[in-house]
Amino acid sequence: MHQAYTHRVYLVRIVLPMSLGSSSGPASGPLLGASGLRKAFGSTPALDGADFALSPGEVVAVMGPSGSGKSTLLHCLAGIVRPDAGTITYDGNDVTAMNDARRSALRRRDFGFVFQFGQLVPELTCAENVALPLRLDGVRRKDADRAALHWLERLEVDSVARRRPDQISGGQGQRVAVARALVTAPRVVFADEPTGALDSLSGELVMRLFTEAARDTGAAVVLVTHETRVAAYSDREITVRDGRSRDFTLAPAGAR
Amino acid sequence: MSIGHTLLGLLESGPRHGYDLKRAFDEKFGHDRPLHYGQVYSTMSRLLKNGLVEVDGVEAGGGPERKRYAITEAGITDVEAWLKQPEKPEPYLQSTLYTKVVLALLTGRSAGDLLDTQRAEHLRLMRILTDRKRRGDLSDQLICDHALFHLEADLRWLELTAARLDQLATEVRA
Amino acid sequence: MTRRLRELALGAKFAFTGGREGWIRTLLTALGVGLGVALLFAAASIPHVNQASSARGDARVPAASGGKKAFERTDSSVLFDMVGTEYRGESIGGLMLRPEGKHPAVPPGLGALPGPGEMAASPALRDLLDSPKGELLRQRLPYKVTASIGDAGLLDPTELFFYAGSSTLTEASGAARTNAFGGEVEKLPLNPVLVALTVVACVVLLLPVIIFIATAVRFGGERRDKRLAALRLVGADTGMTRWIAAGEALAGSALGLLVGTALFLFGRELVGGVRFWSFAAFPADFTPAPALAALVLLAVPLAAVVVTLFTMRSVAVEPLGVVRATKPRRRRVWWRLLLPAAGVAVLALSPRAGVDQGVTDPNLVAIGAILTLTGIATLLPWLVEAAVARLRGGPVAWQLAVRRLQLGGGTASRAVAGITVAVAGAISLQMMTTGIHADFVRTTDQDPSRAQVDVTANFPSGERAQRMIHDFRATKGVQAVIGTVETYATRPGAYTGDQIRPTTSLTVGDCATLAELARVGSCRDGDTFVVHPADDKRLSAWVDQAARPGEAVNLDTTSDYDSSAEPLLWTLPRSARQVLSRPDPMGEHRYGIFATPGAVDVTKLPSAETKAMIKVDRAVPDAAEYVRNTAAVIDPAMHVRTIDNVERDKQYASVQSGLRTGAIATMLLIALSLLVSQIEQLRERRRLLSVLVAFGTRRSSLALSVLWQTAVPVVLGVVLAVAGGTALGVALLDMVGKEVTDWWLFLPLAGTGTVTVLVVTLLSLPPLWRLMRPDGLRTE
Repeated sequence: MHQAYTHRVYLVRIVLPMSLGSSSGPASGPLLGASGLRKAFGSTPALDGADFALSPGEVVAVMGPSGSGKSTLLHCLAGIVRPDAGTITYDGNDVTAMNDARRSALRRRDFGFVFQFGQLVPELTCAENVALPLRLDGVRRKDADRAALHWLERLEVDSVARRRPDQISGGQGQRVAVARALVTAPRVVFADEPTGALDSLSGELVMRLFTEAARDTGAAVVLVTHETRVAAYSDREITVRDGRSRDFTLAPAGAR
Repeated sequence: MSIGHTLLGLLESGPRHGYDLKRAFDEKFGHDRPLHYGQVYSTMSRLLKNGLVEVDGVEAGGGPERKRYAITEAGITDVEAWLKQPEKPEPYLQSTLYTKVVLALLTGRSAGDLLDTQRAEHLRLMRILTDRKRRGDLSDQLICDHALFHLEADLRWLELTAARLDQLATEVRA
Repeated sequence: MTRRLRELALGAKFAFTGGREGWIRTLLTALGVGLGVALLFAAASIPHVNQASSARGDARVPAASGGKKAFERTDSSVLFDMVGTEYRGESIGGLMLRPEGKHPAVPPGLGALPGPGEMAASPALRDLLDSPKGELLRQRLPYKVTASIGDAGLLDPTELFFYAGSSTLTEASGAARTNAFGGEVEKLPLNPVLVALTVVACVVLLLPVIIFIATAVRFGGERRDKRLAALRLVGADTGMTRWIAAGEALAGSALGLLVGTALFLFGRELVGGVRFWSFAAFPADFTPAPALAALVLLAVPLAAVVVTLFTMRSVAVEPLGVVRATKPRRRRVWWRLLLPAAGVAVLALSPRAGVDQGVTDPNLVAIGAILTLTGIATLLPWLVEAAVARLRGGPVAWQLAVRRLQLGGGTASRAVAGITVAVAGAISLQMMTTGIHADFVRTTDQDPSRAQVDVTANFPSGERAQRMIHDFRATKGVQAVIGTVETYATRPGAYTGDQIRPTTSLTVGDCATLAELARVGSCRDGDTFVVHPADDKRLSAWVDQAARPGEAVNLDTTSDYDSSAEPLLWTLPRSARQVLSRPDPMGEHRYGIFATPGAVDVTKLPSAETKAMIKVDRAVPDAAEYVRNTAAVIDPAMHVRTIDNVERDKQYASVQSGLRTGAIATMLLIALSLLVSQIEQLRERRRLLSVLVAFGTRRSSLALSVLWQTAVPVVLGVVLAVAGGTALGVALLDMVGKEVTDWWLFLPLAGTGTVTVLVVTLLSLPPLWRLMRPDGLRTE
């Protein structure tokens, strides 16, 4: 379905970020949806009938106590883990029915990822780390490097482009990781505790730059966090408790 | 904190004398400030006037007048609405919230939902503050951060309470 | 001192109480060290294997009379004849025995002599005869197998050997008499060049094993370092952590010694019945020389401690974690170059040795080879670092691999050092063996397109010789037979001691046959010729001294030194023509008196030798075996030899086959250690792999990166090995006074190294797939 995305189109999307968020309407249903997700590791159930819906360009926080299954929900939604039961649809396609290669391609082209500890490849420089997802998808080195630099600037870490991950601070590392997640102009970015290892000031900065960049490019964000101050950067939150998800978000102010 | 709603909630489990109501209130919520009798009777007469309670019977005998109050349908609806309505996030909210949680537990309503709704309300405000902070200058940021940290503290309390609901339920119902 | 001992003991305790991880690490080390130790034990057993086998060989030779006096016929005397044969390239030893009394001598491994028509066979021969593959051989050895030869009577468990009983053997038919078994097989002193070769071979094969043991000691080091960091947190100083680590390694290697001993004992039973090229031995023969075994038992744990202490120097274990190579130390090149240079110098300056003369000092050879090869091993990390530092660009997989090597090339090159040394050593050995090849392999002038099988029999009668020719013509697969009957012809008359009696040969064959041997021109039965060797005037004159047309020659040479015997005189007809020889199918020039059967009655010749050159049809499989079968019917003692272009010296062949066996074992070992360190590295990076998978990285990209990561150091290692190995080879050849005959010998070896990498990568893919599952994301 996404073979149509040529590399050229990618670069256009990178260089001229379009705001998909503003143009997307609720008419066509959720971009990413899940219902009745169940997943058990051994005999321990991690998800027990969780539902989820994400509209284009929306930032959704997934909250819940530790061990509630929020990371598992993210892994299922991103096609990293196959749920035991339930369906996941992305852009009208059944993700659970895809084979590994198609899910990988999906992750490569349409999704981006930010993890708690950055998980930058330690041997590569920051710029190379950011360029990596594009290079994995076959983009020419020069183009990938240019796009990487653009995103490093956007996340205000272009000064460390030539350094390796062990030579920069945790906050800088997370911003490089965000740049890496956004460089492919993904439609959904999955972030698992992106500020979990940072102090509140660096965490705030990461979240501010992250959500602003995501909103500008129209990327939807699934943000797993247990910190309310981080969740406050979202449009809406769902709570996962004992493997079930619930949405308590109130209507925006004024409806009361 | 709304004493009227609290007393109404206490009546939901069955008719009580004014004297009983004061004792139950003090036992469960009045750790720092016990209720005066006068406060009970003035509140009850307001509730009577609004049709939220009715007099179930009068017990004559030694001592002061002993009326037995019972909650009306309108009273139950009023309690319900009160519990469902999240509190406006502001400082020193916990006594009200605590009262609500205990009453929800006592009346068999979902205390978890109550807390989650309140969380959502807190988060809504945090979102507004975060947005304002993002757009504002440094002084805006500092002011917003102050509020945000207070809200965050409340939220932590909400989360902690949510995690201990089962324990609280057995204690309250004991 | 006692403090150090206490720390060692503490480390040893950790080796066994470190939980599951600790156990796995200790077990891995023990297995690795065990494998190495088993190989070292096997190497230490070689002297005993040789000695035991040759002792059994000595014990079964029929005792020689020693001196002139022949054995008397007694109650215990036995007549014997060597009746060994060859079957599809395998040689089969055999004795035909005929007891002359009631209590005959019995060779070792037999309870009694086989009766007439019976035989005692070695178990291997028995199996061959019983299998469908042995069908043709059964026709040749039609005896009934009534007994098996015991281990005491065999060189090795796979030897093909038999004793056949006979009631017709006589001294007249070529048999000899003995009255006991046990003597001494004539042994040539091992050629000095071969000594040098063997010494180098030992160094080349054992050095990688030692490197492997050193690597095995470090298995799982990364996880151990984390535990050491925890010890630092509770107050251990750097020195203590080093000694504790050494203690762990010591415990692992001690367990490895046990594992190695068990593997060795188990392995020798397993290897007992298997033949590796020309090498096989009984399990009991594998007994390590006590001194060497003791050396292994002492040196391995000591090496474990030293290696650990040494490597811990580059690891800074801090209380909050491990910092590897605090500041990537600049590797210096000069001392790394010094080692191989010194090695080559030692070889270049040591005394020369020739194949047939002179002595080589094995110690100098060993020192030179060890210095050169260890030099290569130490040069590799520097080379990898220097080469990789300059690499830029390329596809993602390549980039990932290169960057990983730039940061942690040391680990990779350490694992590859083994391969480098093995390949370098093998190259120098190959060059050496090929360089001295010519001395041990006679390239004969034989022309296999004309004839392929050569049968010789010392027949007492020309009549049976003719029958032999006749029989071969009727044998399946035989296209033509060139058959001649040959005997000596001497000039009659009395000669004193210092005069040489003119002697030549008489060759009898039909016209077609003689035409194959000399340019006879027209020929009819009854013709005779005097054949001169082409291009040798001196020899032609010597022929003419005996072969004088019209004069008599003596055809029974016994009378020349035994005055009681009558000479058999035959007159060379005056019509004998003088012609020139031409090379026969064996590549030999034959000369002397040639006669057709009509001219001389071969049935009268008392000691004629019959030679048959048989041309077989290559399209008929086993044609040579049919010829041998026919020969065996005529006489089991007949010599049958297939004519190949080359004929290998047996000593040389066994050194070379031993080399191949060892090289393969070494390569396997190195591949194993590469695999272990590869998987270890992957496990360490489990979480990163999971993240890359989350990003949608293709499996092929990661697999390729793993491949490059191994391939780059291996390619560099192989390049270094080619350079170093060639240099060592040149030095060694120069030492034995030989020229380099082939500069391209490294190709197959370099190829083997490359294949090893591919195999290792392939084997590390399943664990990679398993690690690429998202489980790695689930922690924390």
